[in-house]
Amino acid sequence: MLDFTELFSIALGAILVNNFIFSQFLGICPFMGVSKKVDTSLGMGMAVIFVMGVASAVCYPINRLLGDLELDFMQTVTFILVIASLVQFVEMFLQKAMPSLYEALGVYLPLITTNCAVLGVVLQNTQNSYDFITSVVYGVTGGIGFLLAIVLFASVRERLEFSECPKSFEGFPIALVTAGLLALAFLGFSGLKVFA
Amino acid sequence: MNIKQQFKEGLITQNPVTVQLLGMCSTMAITTTLFNGIGMGLSVLVILTLSNIIISLLRKIIPNKVRIACYIVVIAGFVTIVDLLLKAYLPDLSSSLGLFIPLIVVNCIILGRAESFASKNGVLASAIDGIAQGLGYTIILVVMCVIREFLGGGTFGAGVISPKGIQILPSGIPALGMILPVGGFLTLAVVIAAMQYFLNRPKKDGESEEVSK
Repeated sequence: MLDFTELFSIALGAILVNNFIFSQFLGICPFMGVSKKVDTSLGMGMAVIFVMGVASAVCYPINRLLGDLELDFMQTVTFILVIASLVQFVEMFLQKAMPSLYEALGVYLPLITTNCAVLGVVLQNTQNSYDFITSVVYGVTGGIGFLLAIVLFASVRERLEFSECPKSFEGFPIALVTAGLLALAFLGFSGLKVFA
Repeated sequence: MNIKQQFKEGLITQNPVTVQLLGMCSTMAITTTLFNGIGMGLSVLVILTLSNIIISLLRKIIPNKVRIACYIVVIAGFVTIVDLLLKAYLPDLSSSLGLFIPLIVVNCIILGRAESFASKNGVLASAIDGIAQGLGYTIILVVMCVIREFLGGGTFGAGVISPKGIQILPSGIPALGMILPVGGFLTLAVVIAAMQYFLNRPKKDGESEEVSK
């Protein structure tokens, strides 16, 4: 039935070894855009975990339906529409049910639609033909990996503001170099294998 | 707006990657060989131009409130077409770009140009804008590919000139790290820094000339 060791290794892989940002390059835009402060990056990370988990869960039955109707080629169009409406729905729901969380997430919630990590995780679920539970686990842990990366990066970047660097590297390029060094650190996890 | 101005903006002063800082994910992820870079650049160029044309045609019909959703549907349609065409005629390219072809849908360059240019300008101007911005993107990809391929594998033009490319550096010297994600971040940082350096320099010269006149 359920293979917990496999689930665990998928989870650990999504957080560390195949980190969405540092080894798959998914979700770089929000990673660069909202990582100036630790607080906001924490909010963004939470929102991404939530949306990635729910999107994985919702897109699984939809993908099965598309498969049954032999409309596989409509995957991309369908998924992006599902994600866009899902984000909209989550936004409205949170506004009514949990105003405090809604306030905390602020503008980052609508921005998630164009986060390629979300579409990426859904497409990867279908490509690897994960079952329902594996899809949700992969989605949520992928989000946790995103949170880890963006919070680490934001805490480095806060200090970067006060350090001196060559003029042409000011701002964005030096942030990229920082991200590169973090990626190098995450490369160290690639030797990690769990029960394999 | 004239054509020359648009091309100058797309290629240099308003380059989508190095100045507007859009479309980072694909820029860093797929620039490991020249073949990938050219393939990805041209795919985006085609999709960007076509979606700009359609969105510009529809700009008076689309209601303002649901415009983003409409743009995404138009873009997703073209991305699906290109994805299927590549799978059929260039299976090698399709498999090496993998996930990043369907992910063109959420590439900020395309949505960004739809929102900031095609929704406000005529069909012809939008088409030219698509070509100019797409070329700017392609050029940056090609530059990044050449640097990373040379430093990471010691080759040039893998997949384009010959399957494995021309070996320039003897084996042992190239640093594998340049092909890994680390290299992507570092190369883009250097390319953007170089661009900032060159953009800031002539501007000051130009201003001082105008002042002296």
